[in-house]
Amino acid sequence: MTLSWMAWTWPTAAFFIFIASAIITMGIWERYSPGGGPRRGILGLDTTRGDRLFISILGSAFIHLAWLGIMGTPLWGAVIISIIYLIAVFKWV
Amino acid sequence: MSEKTTNQKAWLLVAPVVILVAFNALIPLMTVVNYSVQETFGDNVFFWEGMKWFEDVLHSERFHASLLRQLSFTGIILAIEVPLGVAIALTMPKKGPWVSVCLVLMALPLLIPWNVVGAMWNIFALPDIGLLGKMINGLGIDYNFTQQPMAAWFTTILMDVWHWTSLVVLLAYAGLCSIPDAYYQAARIDGASRWAVFRFIQLPKMKRVLTIAVLLRFMDSFMIYTEPFVLTGGGPGNTTTFLSIDLVKIALGQFDLGPAAAMSLIYFLIILLLSWIFYTLMMRNEEQ
Repeated sequence: MTLSWMAWTWPTAAFFIFIASAIITMGIWERYSPGGGPRRGILGLDTTRGDRLFISILGSAFIHLAWLGIMGTPLWGAVIISIIYLIAVFKWV
Repeated sequence: MSEKTTNQKAWLLVAPVVILVAFNALIPLMTVVNYSVQETFGDNVFFWEGMKWFEDVLHSERFHASLLRQLSFTGIILAIEVPLGVAIALTMPKKGPWVSVCLVLMALPLLIPWNVVGAMWNIFALPDIGLLGKMINGLGIDYNFTQQPMAAWFTTILMDVWHWTSLVVLLAYAGLCSIPDAYYQAARIDGASRWAVFRFIQLPKMKRVLTIAVLLRFMDSFMIYTEPFVLTGGGPGNTTTFLSIDLVKIALGQFDLGPAAAMSLIYFLIILLLSWIFYTLMMRNEEQ
């Protein structure tokens, strides 16, 4: 069975490797400090680490879409905003 | 931390589901991501296009229009089905022989396949031979869902309400049945009105099942395809072309797999965001 129909490219593979490694990192983090660090952040939501990762990734997707819609390519600006957003979410949400 | 029994063997029992999800969700999703950045003319030959399709979709009038139609459709059917479902559940008997009759009657529409529902309503609403269409025209109202956008919307919404209100009814009914009699007795002693009983006993107790009902109906209606496809085929013109119908037109009608993949990813992200917002809001209400 070949996987040519899946049409893999290096950039998309890198994207999935990033997502997979984020999940694995969360697993390791959970092993060394279980419980997920629950807290109530500035949005008034009870979040754990997993929730914060989800909010970061989903938000980053929309940041990238908004950047693409308004500014177009390249997307480096969106990447920088997403990293700032991710840090902010993990710190305050 | 409380002491918990750890039994790692339980993971083996979950394994079939994990494998199934991997095959029917993860692999197709990965493929869609791969397609969304490439162009193909078939034969498994692909050309790198980068973010082009995403840009095209984001600036496409056609996508904006079908997204707006989709959001309106989902909003309307949720606004009708949830209150109607709760109202019907409240009038259903809690004891006696009529319980099974009501439940079976309610479950019937849910058992009918989507394409059959579409075909049924198509014939039912035809203005020249259908019972509904003929009757509305007989009342002196000019009604033809194959030509008038308003009539097409009316028929599509009516069909969805007919098909799916039962789901809300059954869930709400399950919620109502789980309320112990003691609550009602306490309410009677306090002389609570019918509205107060609903507002302070039944509604809070139904919150959890209604959360599920709203989420299910939201997601199902947001990806509705078969019923409007069979009923109106997305017409007249494009007036009932919802997101999924548009997506299939692009992917299979025009064989533009790249743009279709980009569009379905944006579609997926919107569903993910709205579901998350719904879920978070409702869970927060529950805590309060």
